[in-house]
Amino acid sequence: MRRVDRDLGRFRAIVEGHVRRNLREFVRKGDLLAREGAKTVRVPLPQVELPRFRFGSKDGRDGGVGQGPGRPGEPAQGEAGESAGEHEMEAEVTLEDLARILGEELSLPRIEPRGTRKIEADMLRYRSIRRTGPRSLRHFKRTFRTALRRQILDGSYDARRPIVVPLPEDERFRSFEVTPLPESSAAIVYMMDVSGSMGAEQKEVVRHTAFWLDTWIRSQYRNVAVRYVVHDAEAREVDREQFFHLKESGGTKISSAYRLCMDMCERDHPRDRWNVYAFHFSDGDNWSGGDTQECLDLLASRLLPAVNQFAYGQVKSAYGSGQFKHDLDRKFPDREDLVTAEIADRDGILPAIRQFLGRGR
Amino acid sequence: MNAPRSLPPDLQDLAERAERAARSLGLDPPQVCFELVDPDELNMVAAYGGFPVRYPHWRFGMTFQHLQKTHEYGLSRIYELVVNNDPCYAYLMRTNTRMEQKLVMAHVYGHADFFRNNLRFAPTDRRMIDTMANHATRVRRHVDRFGPERVEEFLDACLSLENLIDPMALWVRREAPPADDGEARMSDERIAESRVRKIEARHAYMDPYLNPKGEMDRERKLAAEKLAKSRRDPPEPVRDVLGFLLRRAPLEDWQADCLDIVREEALYFAPQAMTKIANEGWASFIHSRLMTRHLLDQGEFVEYADRHSGTMAMPPGGFNPYAVGLAIFRDIEDRWDRGAHGRAWRGIADPAERRRFDDGSRRGWQKCLEVRRACDDSMLVDQYLTPDLMDELQLYTWGRDPRTGQPVILDRDPVPVKKRLLADLANGGQPVIDVADANHENRGELLLVHLFEGTPIREDFAKQTLRALHRLWSRPVHVDTIALDANGGRRVRWSFDGQDATTRDLGKSGSAPAA
Repeated sequence: MRRVDRDLGRFRAIVEGHVRRNLREFVRKGDLLAREGAKTVRVPLPQVELPRFRFGSKDGRDGGVGQGPGRPGEPAQGEAGESAGEHEMEAEVTLEDLARILGEELSLPRIEPRGTRKIEADMLRYRSIRRTGPRSLRHFKRTFRTALRRQILDGSYDARRPIVVPLPEDERFRSFEVTPLPESSAAIVYMMDVSGSMGAEQKEVVRHTAFWLDTWIRSQYRNVAVRYVVHDAEAREVDREQFFHLKESGGTKISSAYRLCMDMCERDHPRDRWNVYAFHFSDGDNWSGGDTQECLDLLASRLLPAVNQFAYGQVKSAYGSGQFKHDLDRKFPDREDLVTAEIADRDGILPAIRQFLGRGR
Repeated sequence: MNAPRSLPPDLQDLAERAERAARSLGLDPPQVCFELVDPDELNMVAAYGGFPVRYPHWRFGMTFQHLQKTHEYGLSRIYELVVNNDPCYAYLMRTNTRMEQKLVMAHVYGHADFFRNNLRFAPTDRRMIDTMANHATRVRRHVDRFGPERVEEFLDACLSLENLIDPMALWVRREAPPADDGEARMSDERIAESRVRKIEARHAYMDPYLNPKGEMDRERKLAAEKLAKSRRDPPEPVRDVLGFLLRRAPLEDWQADCLDIVREEALYFAPQAMTKIANEGWASFIHSRLMTRHLLDQGEFVEYADRHSGTMAMPPGGFNPYAVGLAIFRDIEDRWDRGAHGRAWRGIADPAERRRFDDGSRRGWQKCLEVRRACDDSMLVDQYLTPDLMDELQLYTWGRDPRTGQPVILDRDPVPVKKRLLADLANGGQPVIDVADANHENRGELLLVHLFEGTPIREDFAKQTLRALHRLWSRPVHVDTIALDANGGRRVRWSFDGQDATTRDLGKSGSAPAA
């Protein structure tokens, strides 16, 4: 053990405690949202760092002496004022730790392995050789060896002038093998209503909720695929960026999204290999009672059997009637694999997450 | 403490060469023990300020994590780490090239010489490695007795106040020494006597009648009581806030011991905060001289030039104490070599003439040695950063555009730039805060006063710090300062009474904020 480990461990514990104590606040303000692809989140440290009497205002240093070219009135280049030896400290928490904290704070059950079905993941490894393939995968050594062997066999090889010219049939290419790995994979399908009644704040709420759902589910599975579906009167698949920023107007036909989700599941995430989690967010308005009825039928007949869990989050908006949640609750009063939650505002995020993930499915 | 691992023979050779060269220049460094470490170890050592053993505290872990992150991202590489101790301890990174090791050693001998000879460091503890280890033992003992949480929580409070020391405390005793009891009473009585209300008698014989003795005694007693009540406590503002708390705050023994440790370590580090430009400038001045005149082998010049210029680079907008310090020392050497100082030189108006001036005095090196002995950053900048040099270094003051909040260049005129630089360097860059009253409002509350010099202090941090202060003082605590707004400054009093942090407006401030 290094001698710094004890102090480092204590520091980590303090940061973790800080996150734990302020989880509600962090979730509300969205302070801890990791950037896409990042493995850690940054914890703002001012609250952890020891306070001092120090110069400056809230924006940091207000002035000082710098070096460099430029005339008075021109912008001072670079990080002005970093010189004073004041480092901005920050702490990092890995997403795994964050998921653990979330799990402990909300007392989420760990997701149990599903039934007796063994879920296998295909693992691609470049470990075999083929005679055809793209140039970029050409195995130079093997190709050379084959060409050399052929030239020696047909007598065209001259040891004094060792020139080896590979013919197309000498070429060898790297190729992958599919190795089945017993592995747990999960697919998350986010569906969101982007019709006119969903405002920017509602989408922010969805974005924050999705981050925490992601974080938890990723901590439970090795392999997580995330798909995004938006819908108004029609549904389509989009990427993450579009999902959170798309602004549409017009009507709402929820069944379109459910149908697309179902298609995606059946095509890409069959039940025997994937643990599918479908989350749907809307403000509860649907085009017509008829469409709602269609949704309920779809859910009962095809969507629910295809997923581990279906969750519906109703984000409160100024226009939404909230009818859809009632309809769901009435139709499926006690199904294990369907949860609904109402998210009134950012403070509602944590309770909703607890409901969504509280069943450990 | 673990014994330093001995260096491999080739590095040992280099170290001896560097030391011989340093001594041949007339430097007087203490013995330096070099230790070879891995980058990871170096970050660890650096997190503890270079000390092998320190008391347990999480902020060392925080620093370590920070160093590791910046190291990972390639943002910083710690080249040298020297501990002011006798013998000096210095660390060499195992991954350094041979040339880099030489450079670090030369630089380290510069620091070692500075530590021993600069007057700021004269009263520092030269067995600090042992002292720190003792501190660690003391804190661990408290942890064993009172539990890690209580000790940590208390240390946190102490460390929040770490910068409230008197950097001069090691030299100066600011408080008047306790006067002889009889004399003190005498003077008090005299003051009280003068405040006794009495009727002026035209003739001395009338006095006992106009001012009867019984009445006078009562009056005297009242006056004395009033005087004692009005006596400020402390009589004069106290700069050494930690020292004051140590004597006066209601602390348990172990708490006082922790506070004492924090104060002692803060005092030990204070000279380093006040000599960044001078110390780094001197070490860079020495390493460049040692390297180019004594230590570099052929074939190492390009690498040396690359490393040297890398360290001396001025990031645009930043302020590099290495570069500024080095420039000042080089300028001093040049000017005193030519006698380009004093009245004769200053009398010359023509700049070209001034540059050519040479009286052949060749006292440059001697002068540099004197400056490294006498100067801290404030003195160095004040006396030796000339307008010409400031121009050459392209120094400017910057401030924030009130509309955009972006930093903009304000001024390049040497006078305001130097003024700003001196203001930033004063008190090691820390706000000056005194204990003004330990019995504020006659309620045993503690009042601190920030000596406002144009730069405001951060309110959010200050209020958190007041909590820490309250933790030690246990009665309400206040700090007076000046807050700037669009209309100028207002005197404010921030307080913490154990429950709430409050702000009180004390009216418009007399002193205008610095432009």
